[in-house]
Amino acid sequence: MIDSSISEAGRRLRSGEVTALSLLKTALDTAGRTEAQLHAFLTLDTEGARQAAAQADADFADGIDLGPLHGIPVALKDNMCTRGVETTAASQILAGYLPPYDATVVTRLRSGGAVVVGKTNLDEFAMGSSTENSAYGTTYNPWDLTRVPGGSSGGSAASVAAGSSLAAFGSDTGGSIRQPASLCGVVGMKPTYGTVSRYGLIAFASSLDQIGPFTRTVEDSALALQAIWGHDPHDATSYAGDYPDPTNGLGRGVEGLRIGLVSELSGEGFEPAVETATGAMVASLESAGAEVSEVSLPTFDIALSAYYLIAPAEASSNLARFDGIRYGLRVDGSTTEELMSRTRAEGFGPEVTRRILLGTYSLSAGYYDAFYGQAQRVRAAIQEDFARAYQQVDVLVSPTSPTVAFEAGARTADPLAMYLSDICTIPSNLSGHPAISVPIGLDDAGLPIGFQVMAPALGEEVMYQAAAEVEHLAGFSISPTAIEGAL
Amino acid sequence: MSWEPVIGIEVHVELMTNSKMFCGCAVAFGAEPNTRTCPTCLGLPGALPVPNKVAIESIMSIGLALNCQVSPRSVFHRKNYFYADLPKNYQISQFDVPVCHDGYLDVEVDGETRRVGIERAHMEEDTGKSMHLGAGGRIHAAEGTLLDFNRSGVPLVEIVSRPDIRGAVESRAYAQQLRSVVAELGVSDARLEEGSIRFDANVSIRPEGEELLGTKVEIKNMNSFRSLERAVDFEIGRQIDLVESGGLVVQETRHWDEEAGVTHSMRTKEGSSDYRYFTEPDLVPMVMDEEWVDEVRGRLPELPADRRRRYEQQGLDRQGAGVLSGMDAELRAIYEEAVRSGAPAKAAATWLTGEVIGWARKHKVESSALLLDGAGLAELIEMVDEGLVSSSAAKEVLDGVLSGGGAPGVVAKDHDLLQMKDRDALEAAVDQVVAAHPGAVEGFRQGEEKVVGFLVGQVMKATQGKADPRAVNQILRAKLSE
Repeated sequence: MIDSSISEAGRRLRSGEVTALSLLKTALDTAGRTEAQLHAFLTLDTEGARQAAAQADADFADGIDLGPLHGIPVALKDNMCTRGVETTAASQILAGYLPPYDATVVTRLRSGGAVVVGKTNLDEFAMGSSTENSAYGTTYNPWDLTRVPGGSSGGSAASVAAGSSLAAFGSDTGGSIRQPASLCGVVGMKPTYGTVSRYGLIAFASSLDQIGPFTRTVEDSALALQAIWGHDPHDATSYAGDYPDPTNGLGRGVEGLRIGLVSELSGEGFEPAVETATGAMVASLESAGAEVSEVSLPTFDIALSAYYLIAPAEASSNLARFDGIRYGLRVDGSTTEELMSRTRAEGFGPEVTRRILLGTYSLSAGYYDAFYGQAQRVRAAIQEDFARAYQQVDVLVSPTSPTVAFEAGARTADPLAMYLSDICTIPSNLSGHPAISVPIGLDDAGLPIGFQVMAPALGEEVMYQAAAEVEHLAGFSISPTAIEGAL
Repeated sequence: MSWEPVIGIEVHVELMTNSKMFCGCAVAFGAEPNTRTCPTCLGLPGALPVPNKVAIESIMSIGLALNCQVSPRSVFHRKNYFYADLPKNYQISQFDVPVCHDGYLDVEVDGETRRVGIERAHMEEDTGKSMHLGAGGRIHAAEGTLLDFNRSGVPLVEIVSRPDIRGAVESRAYAQQLRSVVAELGVSDARLEEGSIRFDANVSIRPEGEELLGTKVEIKNMNSFRSLERAVDFEIGRQIDLVESGGLVVQETRHWDEEAGVTHSMRTKEGSSDYRYFTEPDLVPMVMDEEWVDEVRGRLPELPADRRRRYEQQGLDRQGAGVLSGMDAELRAIYEEAVRSGAPAKAAATWLTGEVIGWARKHKVESSALLLDGAGLAELIEMVDEGLVSSSAAKEVLDGVLSGGGAPGVVAKDHDLLQMKDRDALEAAVDQVVAAHPGAVEGFRQGEEKVVGFLVGQVMKATQGKADPRAVNQILRAKLSE
């Protein structure tokens, strides 16, 4: 496996100690040895990756430097469109679909010289918290192959943890980057809404979706973010103002930083090991000079309910286009309506169907105000809660997930238990704020525990400042053990 | 019982912007199918909409021309329904905060002005087109359907009137007036035959004097102003017959059958009636601040109603002003220039709306290709006024000018159409006629007035019509009274 950070690999690439092709070979070899057990990837673009790596080596020889990701093997969640490379969103309905264009994030990665290794597994259309909802099979956790990697970006998280990529990109609608990062012991970050273009990201819930990076270190996270964010004229919700420098706060420490521990994100449903590790980290931050206080954000208790009205509502509309008429799966029928309903009935899995039904219902005449309308009011109240909290503190912290990685199959029969996996992460999606999960240790069973740092909109600088200190204090740099033999 | 028809009209106007509403694809009528498409207007996974600023300015100008308020902040909504030519299976449209609202349009009906309220004008995107193969283009029993997405995403403005229209003729007048406003603004082709302007009518009836509205029926598929008028007329009659024979009007959509001249209930349900509107999360609210609205207002051309008022102030009567203000820009430009060159407004308008249009129709010449400018028209009118040409000769001069013979003065000279103004020559001609018709002269002396006309006619004949009849009359009377 590639046992280095992006910044370290980049230094070696530029000094000639390694080549992009050799880095890629290591990544592909790792994938070759681990994929049978992990199933992190849906598609490996070996040929495309070889060409990109060879080009990167030629660039370095010519003194061309395209930035921190130049020559670095990266993986993409399979809900980002890649021109001519199969993109399925892990759904049967998009089996064999070859997009005619690259997502903006993909274009930026390619123009930054990144080597795209392949497309990673996810819960179908990013709906889920375990990557068990993929139409193409489950991804497993590299720390314990009987357990889930989290989701929905479970393939990206598992790939970075296993070392078949140095960075991977996922999408986070309710925690789909941070929760799997937490369960797989890697760094996962969701940027401020609007800072990373959604053009070419197969939409789940447009007002919540945001692409972000998985990396092994906090510094790498900031570098990977810089490679993909920035205003995009193809996305009307893209932020057009000044962007902060996420690397600015790295290594600055937390002396005098006001940190608020969210009181609502503890207690019932939270595993003791998670609470203990979180408490210990908060104490360490205080020892490192931070002003720590407990902050209450009462609306967090109803955030999950609001989320499960808003996200399915938008999804019900976003997924309407998959009808068998123009692309993807088509199941014939004697009328257009029959063709559409048969295609959709066969093409969508149970969780996607459930959310489409939920969303259709909550937008229906007579129910709109009680459901969707009410959820939007809750969303506004959450934003106000955050605003109040950020008058007292600079960043908010909490566990990323109430539990460590759970057994595969443990929650598939109980959607509500599965939905609770995202209780800590959802508020930042509803507010559009940045948040990051940093691994801080292992529980007694050797499973990773993540720690979440949240910041106000465009507060990436202070968020990374705190996250870097969390990483430093945790001293976590252990590789997954479950597939050690294969590695 | 006497019944009052109550009609509201919804008009869809396809805008003539360079690119589509939410992507950079060209707006082009008649292009090869599916050649004006991209991921966004095809609804491909991951594609996103970005609004077209010119389209928003176009709807603002339509709203301002219809005396609407422009909302300071307006929001796009998704209208969800499944249809094969709607690629996303939702249409980006507007719901509770349209760009424009609360305006009116004054419509002339039988010489009276009727004010029709405009409830709203909102922005949306057009759908693609389905072409059903076989079965005479109908969806039932079609062998297959082809889809063309060139039109998908073309900006569309929907203008919804209040139920202020009271009859079929008025419906037609409203639609025509609205079309002329849109055409004047230059924001749309406004061609009915190409579907760039389309009408639906909501028709209901109620007993005369009743305040409450009756059950409305929506009628679709009217392809011309005439078919709009016929369809509304038919539907009013159908509803009255139905109610008077003890039936009830049901709320439904009916299809106008142009050939049969009747409306049919539409049995095919186009999607669900619950469109599950919600705010389009891929777009941010549009902010139309005062500065922007004023800028758009400042660029508005003169509208037909304003122009008609101005023409009346220039001296045209109401009807003449109405006719002229509805004419092609090219013809109006000739009028404007003629008036600037000193021609009396009334004469200039009469010539244009009579002789000039008649000539253009007869010779099938577009008004933009007419070889007459305002200075030429003014010259012609002046020649008539000064008696240089007779009014009948003036028509010949006009024909010569329009046929490429040059300025009126040149044509009149070349064709020998100038009137004889030389007193001596006229007197000589009169003398000859008097000498040649002693019987008539005797008759005059006996008090027969009518022989004057005969003798004038003889002089005109002798001079091949070039003599000024007024002068001839004067000279003749003087001579006869000697």
